[in-house]
Amino acid sequence: MTATLRLTDLHSYYGKSHILQGVSLELSEGEIVTLLGRNGAGKSTTLKTAVGAVTPRSGRVELAGRDVTGQPAHRIAKAGLSLVPEDRGIFQLLSVEENLRIAVKRGSPWAISDIYKIFPRLEERRRNGGGQLSGGEQQMLSIARALLGGPKVLMLDEPVEGLAPIIVEEIVSQIGLIRDAGVPILLVEQNLAVCRALANRHYILEMGRIVHEASATEFASDSETIDRYLGVKA
Amino acid sequence: MIYLFQILNGIGLGMLYFLLAAGLSIIFGLLQFVNFAHGAFYLLGAYLTYDLVERGVSFWIALPVATLIVAIVAGAIEALLLHRIYKLPHTFHILVTVGIALVFQELAIIIWGPIGGSVPTPDGLGGVVMLGNFVYPQYRLFTIAVTAVLAGGLWWLLEGTRVGAIVRAGSESASNMALLGYNTMRINTAVFAFGAGLAGLAGALAAPIRGVEPFMGAEALSVAFVVVVIGGMGSYTGALAAGLMIGIIQSLMTTIWPQGAQLFIYIAMAAVIAIRPRGLLGRV
Ligand SMILES: Nc1ncnc2c1ncn2[C@@H]1O[C@H](COP(=O)(O)OP(=O)(O)O)[C@@H](O)[C@H]1O
Ligand SMILES: [Mg+2]
Repeated sequence: MTATLRLTDLHSYYGKSHILQGVSLELSEGEIVTLLGRNGAGKSTTLKTAVGAVTPRSGRVELAGRDVTGQPAHRIAKAGLSLVPEDRGIFQLLSVEENLRIAVKRGSPWAISDIYKIFPRLEERRRNGGGQLSGGEQQMLSIARALLGGPKVLMLDEPVEGLAPIIVEEIVSQIGLIRDAGVPILLVEQNLAVCRALANRHYILEMGRIVHEASATEFASDSETIDRYLGVKA
Repeated sequence: MIYLFQILNGIGLGMLYFLLAAGLSIIFGLLQFVNFAHGAFYLLGAYLTYDLVERGVSFWIALPVATLIVAIVAGAIEALLLHRIYKLPHTFHILVTVGIALVFQELAIIIWGPIGGSVPTPDGLGGVVMLGNFVYPQYRLFTIAVTAVLAGGLWWLLEGTRVGAIVRAGSESASNMALLGYNTMRINTAVFAFGAGLAGLAGALAAPIRGVEPFMGAEALSVAFVVVVIGGMGSYTGALAAGLMIGIIQSLMTTIWPQGAQLFIYIAMAAVIAIRPRGLLGRV
């Protein structure tokens, strides 16, 4: 099976600090894969490097078999790699509907009406300003917007961080729906229960390197690894 | 009656100021770019119209052609030069754009001479309209009508269309636009060209009323800044209200105290800032 997204030996810097020190990972059709690791491990930087918001010093980024390394973010995004950033990136002064409208792409299989089926809250709030939404609704809007571009791969950076349990549950089931619709997802998340509920495979990142890879079943029974790299009791 | 006449003149003048200021304000809103070359685009629009009409081209052709050329020239300047300095402090924006403005002013003198000239009233609008018992030039009424339609159209474009939403989203965050697949450099060029085109159009419309002369750009620039400051940075309706206010004040003052007309618009600005530092309708 060929990977939809393949990162090979990525090295990235912020100024002089060497943040990614050879990250390699893959994501295939139909999968949800998580990228775990402590704060500051380089998870967000990995996603930003993949999409070109940070330019790697060396290494390769391939999307659906095409080398997109070194291209600017807007090209990579257009080629089908969508990042929902940690800060959600909602346009506060635009209405919910306007946030969605500007994300619609010709040729995308997703229309705004499909989006409203997955995220009915957004339809209720469509005339509200982006800045008036709750954190959970902003997250939904950000994911919805990414989907409208018709991505080949969706990358979510801590989508349920800081949200109430009931909203977390809602978003987890929505992410599942998106996967079932055929969009592979690379998920960065600290909430292990969420990762377990969704993912087929897991990578653990530490100090800019992938230090562990496990299938969902291996990971479920491996509390030692979880303790060691994530420093939390399972 | 003379006052009514001057108020009508003021509205016409004010709507041209509004066009100028709207362009300046849209550019500042998206790019955080202080554009002292804005008056030069007004000058260029007026002179191109003057030149084309002198060559025998109909005003009705010259008007859109001059506007379009201004937009293209401005887009080229943005794409080649200005986009490199957005990230620098505002003082650099001022330095570079004042330089551009001076180049245009001097070029106008070299090409068209230091005296300037007049543009005849366009065919079909040379007559007057009787309003009650006083007469009013048709062309001036025409400019009021055209700019009013443009003001409505611009508002719809910015607030009611996808293109407008893209521009507003871009003013909030360029990096988030990139994540949605937008090439923000291209959007910036297009918006800059559009804003400059509005200034060019204002110049072209003004040419038959006030003629052309090499210092019209500098004058237009200062008025445009006054309008933007009074109206409130980034406020569209503010620019409209302030444009009309300044136009009317200036027109009335030319009857009451001609020497003070220019001075009075700055007094109006100082007064508004003293009472409402963010301008009439400013949000920043
Ligand atoms: N814009 C930046 N400039 C400089 N250093 C940064 C920047 N963003 C992140 N870092 C540093 O890079 C490291 C990795 O950050 P990040 O990828 O955000 O980690 P994670 O998402 O795993 O918490 C951290 O040490 C962080 O302080
Ligand atoms: Mg992070």
